[in-house]
Parts: sequence; C-alpha cells; structure tokens
Amino acid sequence: MTAKINWFKYSSPSTFYPLAGRLAPWFFVAAALFAVAGIYVGFFVAPTDAQQGEAYRIIFIHVASAWMSMFLYVIMAFWAGVGLAFNTRLSSMMASAVAPTGALMTFIALWTGALWGKPMWGAWWVWDARLTSELILLFLYLGFMSLQAAIDDARRADKAGAVIALVGVVNVPIIYFSVQWWNTLHQGASVSLTRSPSMAATMLVGMLLMALAFWMYSIAATLLRARCIILDRERNSEWIGQLQESRQ
Amino acid sequence: MSGPGLLDAVRCVAGRDLLAALRRRSDVVTTLIFFVIVASLFPLGVGPETAVLRMMGPGVVWVAALLASMLALGRLFASDYADGTLEQLTLAPQPLGMLVLAKVAAHWLASGLPLVIVAPLLGFQFDLGTDALLILLASLLLGTPTLSLIGAIGAALTLGLRGGGALLSLLVLPLYVPVLIFGAGAVEAGAAGLGAAAHLSLLGALLLIALVFAPWATAVALRIAVE
Repeated sequence: MTAKINWFKYSSPSTFYPLAGRLAPWFFVAAALFAVAGIYVGFFVAPTDAQQGEAYRIIFIHVASAWMSMFLYVIMAFWAGVGLAFNTRLSSMMASAVAPTGALMTFIALWTGALWGKPMWGAWWVWDARLTSELILLFLYLGFMSLQAAIDDARRADKAGAVIALVGVVNVPIIYFSVQWWNTLHQGASVSLTRSPSMAATMLVGMLLMALAFWMYSIAATLLRARCIILDRERNSEWIGQLQESRQ
Repeated sequence: MSGPGLLDAVRCVAGRDLLAALRRRSDVVTTLIFFVIVASLFPLGVGPETAVLRMMGPGVVWVAALLASMLALGRLFASDYADGTLEQLTLAPQPLGMLVLAKVAAHWLASGLPLVIVAPLLGFQFDLGTDALLILLASLLLGTPTLSLIGAIGAALTLGLRGGGALLSLLVLPLYVPVLIFGAGAVEAGAAGLGAAAHLSLLGALLLIALVFAPWATAVALRIAVE
C-alpha cells in the first residue's frame, strides 16, 4: 500500500486556519530581517548616484512596493478565478485577504513615486502611461473591495469580486509594458530576466532585499487577514466552536 | 418543432428594449440633457477664452459622454431584474451572451447614439473646426458602444445592490479610461497634424475586444446576480 500525498489537505478553512497561524509569525520575522538588511545596504552600502545624488534611495521602497502591487493583483485575480471556477470557499477568501495589502502597496508606490518625482522631475505627478495605469490599478483594487463590501451574501460577493478582478487583470501587463509602448517620463526597466541589470550591483542587491522584505510582509499580512476572514465567514461551524472551547 | 432560433431571440430582445425605450422617451432625453449640461459647465468653470476651450473641447465632450453613458447604465438590467424577465432570459435556450449583446445594442441605440448625434453641436460650443468635429464624431461612434459593452459588466455585477450608482461608477470608470484616452487623444492628434488614424484604429480594436468578451463576462455576472 502506498501513501498518497493529499495535495488538497489545506484547501479547507479548518485546516488552513491553524497553518496560517503557525506560518505568519515566521514571515513577519523574515520580512523584518530582509528589511533591516535591505535598508542597511540601501542607505549605507549603495553608492551615491552619479545623476540623482542621494534622493534616489527611495527606489528601495518604491520599486519593491510597485512590484508587489502588480504581483499581488495577479495573485488576487488568480485565487478569485480559482474560486469562481471550482466553487471553493477558501480560494475566494484568499483573494479577499490579498486585496487590502495590494491596495496598500499600490498606494505606497504612488506616494513614494511622487516623493521621488518632485526632486527628480520637478513635479509631484505627471499623467504619463505608467503613473496613470498604476493609479487605475489602485482604483481597481478599491473597486474590488467596495463591490465585496456592498454585497451581503458572501458567496455572491466572492463570485462578483472574481469577475471584476479578472476583468481588471488586463491592466497589469499594461502597467508593465507601458514604458516600452509609450514615450514616458518614467524610466524604463533596468532589471530584466534576460539581460544584465543596468545599475550598480549594490543598488540591485538592496532593491532585491527590500523586494523580498515586502513580499514576506505581504504573505504574513495576507495569512493573518485570511484567518480573520475565515473566523468571520465560518463562525457557525463546529470546528470554530471547538477552538473557542480549547482556548478557555 | 424547433423553438425560436438565435436570430429570432436576438431580434425579439432588442426589439422589446427599443420599444420600451421609445415609450419611455424621458429616460433617453434626460441622459441627453445631462450630457449637454455637463459639457456646458466646463466653459462656465474655466472661463470663455477660446484658445483654452478649443484645447479642452474634445476631452470635455468625451468626459461628458462617458458620464452620461454611465448614468444610463443603471437602466440596462434594472427593470428586467425587478419583474423577473432577467431570470427567464438566463433560463432561455439561447446563449445568454447573445441576448446580452442584443440588450446592449438596443441600449446603445437608445442612449449612446443620441449622444453621438448631439456631440457636434457641443463641439461648436468649444469652437472646434470641421475636421476636429468629424474626428470627434468618429471617435464617439467607435467609443460609445465600447462604453456600453464594458458598462454592462458593471451593471450586471451591481444589480440590486445598495450603493447603486456610485458603486457602478467606481467599478466601471477605471475600465473606461483606455477608451477615454484614445477617444479624446484621436481629436487632439488630428488637431496636432499627426492624424487620428492610429487612435481610431485602437478604438476600433477596443470595440472588437469588447464585442467578443464583454457579453460573456456580463452573462457570467448576470447568472451570479440572479441565482
């Protein structure tokens, strides 16, 4: 008799809840460690930029949050799509859990971009393709969250949110390729999977460390939020009742 | 005996909606009046200097058309949802996507096409030349059906919800932005001497993409709303 792996063991809210509770602190710790390393490299090791001076160092937050904002939207759309297609509750709960963190990342990206733009370009905001499409991404996140908030029935909210998330996912490639397709003030991609990066190695290291820090934070925040959503949605189920008893 | 075919069903749904719109002309006219008033507010707000108005004219007319089109969306499915017709449509043997396409087409003929026809008059208010007016007409002709199609998705998702119109705007306006950018951009490109062909082609592409995908997404959203 061979033991088979149950790939779907954690697809149930009752098994995922304790797993998320065990994993989240580790991701927070990882986020803190990466952030410390990244900020150290970013502020003390990376050299002064030849053209931009010291103000460029906001890149270490701006790029990481912008990457996460796009990545988290795709993840949100993925889980929402899985929930819509397979009618699984936990998938939709994950999508709802990711949304606020994604919106936060977009907000941070827009604001740090503005703080960088003022000394660099002389303007807090320009209506070029990348900034506009990132702003649209924020509206898409907020639209997703508002739609789910406006629907009382949780299952209808899941499915309706899935439709709007999937319709909006077309915006993410637009953001990514906007600097190639249009003449934009925002600089083009310095980091690519196929070419060597066009920036100093220490700057790249700092940026990647901060990106990992934001990623770990996003995972930790999503896991905790998913736990809250599970508690809220499944409050009438037996396993939560047992949870309460075992606490006391 | 075979039941009504696809074309019969489409003709029936579209005809019914058009007839209803003709009988309740006030709905159509209100949208049109809103369009004219909004477009007239901008010169009152920014001052009557002709050069400024000529520059912002296409954008203002486009935004006003967009807002008017969005206001009209609430009517697309609401009455059918209220009296149960929508549920019967979802149960019909014909593909729901095609029936949705019929409804959106009728809705556009009743709400979008009047906007396109009146737009040149508003263009005169902004002192746009004949060439600019023609490009504006073409861009609205290509753009307003796209707005109706994309808006139908939002209208289907927000059926029967509190927060109604504002929530619909929040969902649908981010998706409208590409159409607005290329639509207003077409007129500006024409005025700058670059030719509007590129922008109009992209508008056409958006229309084709919307024609293919929006009815399907709307049908999915309708089934979610009705069940």
